[in-house]
Amino acid sequence: MSKLLTVAPSPHNYGKETIKTLMYGVIIALIPTLAVSIYFFGIGALIVTATAIVSAMLFEYLITKFLLKKEPTLSDGSAIITGMLLAFNVPSNLPVWIIIIGALVAIGIGKMTFGGLGNNPFNPALVGRVFLLVSFPVPMTSWPTPITARMQYLDAVTGATPLGILKEGVKNGEKVSALMDQIPSHMQLFIGNMGGSLGEVAGAALVLGLIYMLYKKVITWHIPGSILGTIVIFTGILWLINPDKYADPLFHLLTGGVLLGAIFMATDYVSSPMSVRGQLLFGVGIGVLTVVIRIAGAYPEGVSFAILIMNAFVPLINMYIKPKRFGEVIKNG
Amino acid sequence: MLKTFAKGGVHPPENKLSAGQIIEQLSIPKTVTIPISQHIGAPATIIVNKNDQVKTGQVIAKSSGFVSANIHSSVSGKVTKIDAIPDSSGYRKQSIVIQVEGDEWDEKIDKSTQVKRDFNLSSEEIIQKIGEAGIVGLGGATFPSQVKLSVPKGMKAELLIINGVECEPYLTSDHRLMLEKGEEMLVGTKILMKALQVEKAIVGIENNKKDAIEHLTKLAKNFDGIAIQGLKVKYPQGGEKQLIKALTKREVPSGGLPISVGTVVHNVGTAYAVYEAVQKNKPLFERVVTVTGKSVSKPSNFIVRIGTSVNELIEAAGGLPDDTGKIISGGPMMGKALSNADVPVTKGTSGILIIPEGESRRGKIMDCIRCSKCVGVCPMGLEPFLLMSVTERSMYDRTEKERVMDCIECGSCSYTCPSFRPLLDYIRLGKAEVGKIIRSRKA
Repeated sequence: MSKLLTVAPSPHNYGKETIKTLMYGVIIALIPTLAVSIYFFGIGALIVTATAIVSAMLFEYLITKFLLKKEPTLSDGSAIITGMLLAFNVPSNLPVWIIIIGALVAIGIGKMTFGGLGNNPFNPALVGRVFLLVSFPVPMTSWPTPITARMQYLDAVTGATPLGILKEGVKNGEKVSALMDQIPSHMQLFIGNMGGSLGEVAGAALVLGLIYMLYKKVITWHIPGSILGTIVIFTGILWLINPDKYADPLFHLLTGGVLLGAIFMATDYVSSPMSVRGQLLFGVGIGVLTVVIRIAGAYPEGVSFAILIMNAFVPLINMYIKPKRFGEVIKNG
Repeated sequence: MLKTFAKGGVHPPENKLSAGQIIEQLSIPKTVTIPISQHIGAPATIIVNKNDQVKTGQVIAKSSGFVSANIHSSVSGKVTKIDAIPDSSGYRKQSIVIQVEGDEWDEKIDKSTQVKRDFNLSSEEIIQKIGEAGIVGLGGATFPSQVKLSVPKGMKAELLIINGVECEPYLTSDHRLMLEKGEEMLVGTKILMKALQVEKAIVGIENNKKDAIEHLTKLAKNFDGIAIQGLKVKYPQGGEKQLIKALTKREVPSGGLPISVGTVVHNVGTAYAVYEAVQKNKPLFERVVTVTGKSVSKPSNFIVRIGTSVNELIEAAGGLPDDTGKIISGGPMMGKALSNADVPVTKGTSGILIIPEGESRRGKIMDCIRCSKCVGVCPMGLEPFLLMSVTERSMYDRTEKERVMDCIECGSCSYTCPSFRPLLDYIRLGKAEVGKIIRSRKA
């Protein structure tokens, strides 16, 4: 035979999934949320998202090319996701220069200092978001009102978020039922008609993204399921104990970025546990911490911090929470 | 209701191109090359000399220990060479080359095609006959069958499982055998049941072979104690431990054998070979081999004499396509890539798969993104990414602790990895190194 054959160990066929297809799966799942944001927050949402994506990609390119001197990894799509998620976690009237700083922190510190995709312990977009939140607390917590502020960017009319109203009101001794009159109905919250970060308001669109990612097997249900379940159970118990002081579980699910966090932020491959049991524990931890921060902490939302704290526990979880091994039960039992 | 195993698994494209092709007898070649090590265990001892005349079915190398197997001539003719010749592994193995003259069978073999159902032999007599016929596991593992039938003291077999799963993509030899030799295969199953002294047997078949399930379900009505069970299509269901789990919900303990949960598993091909050995006195010197591939002009199922060159099988299936990149002995998930097609078909050759150039190479290896897909698909509940990284760092004590020896090398992890990481390659290295450590500890 003249031609040489390829020889390699098995397996000899491979699945169709690549890093690229998975990352673009996430991007497609984010598009409905982006559309809803643009509908409610208009040009502000557009400017913020475009700035975040472009600057995240630019920093990824510059750092891989000139600092790490590796082959640029721009085409895998992960920088686009970081940019989109960073944008979704900030208000739509945030000045461009702040967004650029956020993208630099997210990509530069959150991701590249650890060696790029696959090595970062924390979700890069959240690192960027939290950095901005503690550095620029005022612009990061002034929320443009939906629909009315559509055609405005920096000068948008701002108002409080539902969780902000609740936290402030309860602190002043008002009853939850009375406060609910100032807050849009649950249905409006589900559609996204409320103040907030531009990606967190769109409940329905986020759920649509979840369904798409589950269908495409980009992620499994374990992390979002355990986060949402824990929050429902925890806030449900509090609500049953004292409905005057604590809001109902559905309200908690629909506000303050719970859906965005549970569906898109906590499910980040790199910074979440490897085993199913570990993922469930991770989700429960995020759920509990979120509620604790909301009830007892200084911030009304809490999801970002809960995810970052649990990110820090991931190596420990991976070390001690192992998948159920085949043939283990019978041997021990 | 269809059953399946609980944990992990993947769904590679089935590509059963030759499923509709009737098994054809491949013409006897001019020479055959018969290695004396076609099974797990000690190589057989050669008992013929150069220039000896041999008959088809005559023993030419004798089993040399408890775990070993007889080797028979697959043709009649003259021994022209006894030498070390490369086999499908690429290594040189001691082999017997026979130049074919006619096709004269050993007189003891019953050449009639009529199905013979009745047998009146004791368990020991059956096991002895199976041993004499040189039967090994024909699913690919090639473990000598008589060893599997000798139940260790203190253990008891309750159930015989016949593996008709054929979960490897492309391969159809077991499928065709069930359709064309179903009754013989079920008689073989009865013989195996007698040998093990069990009352019950289940034939597990994946649901992509509905015709085989129907056909055997009909036939099984005339065989007491044999049930046919359909299974969901999922790789690696044909793995012994996965099949036992699917059919009985029992898990073979780590490091244990199927008999420790009261089961013994044999392949449908083995059951057919047992029928031929016990009822027709015909030793194992030919087997069904699928020759297939997307670019192959005539995907086929052949009954082939052991020792026939793979080249002749490819010629009979329409010749080697121009764009061939890889030739695999076995299926795409667990088969071996051949460096050369001039190697003999052995007892463990279930198929020859030809892969075009474009599909024969892996994608570029990227960093692990910790997507945990390898953990999700591992049917043994292992963490392939971790086994790879600790092996890479030569941390073999950790590799052992993470239970690398449980790996069945099904390849689901490498198949599913979006970064094309060589997971199984490193796990094999880890297994080899940990195996050495375990052996040195015992010594």
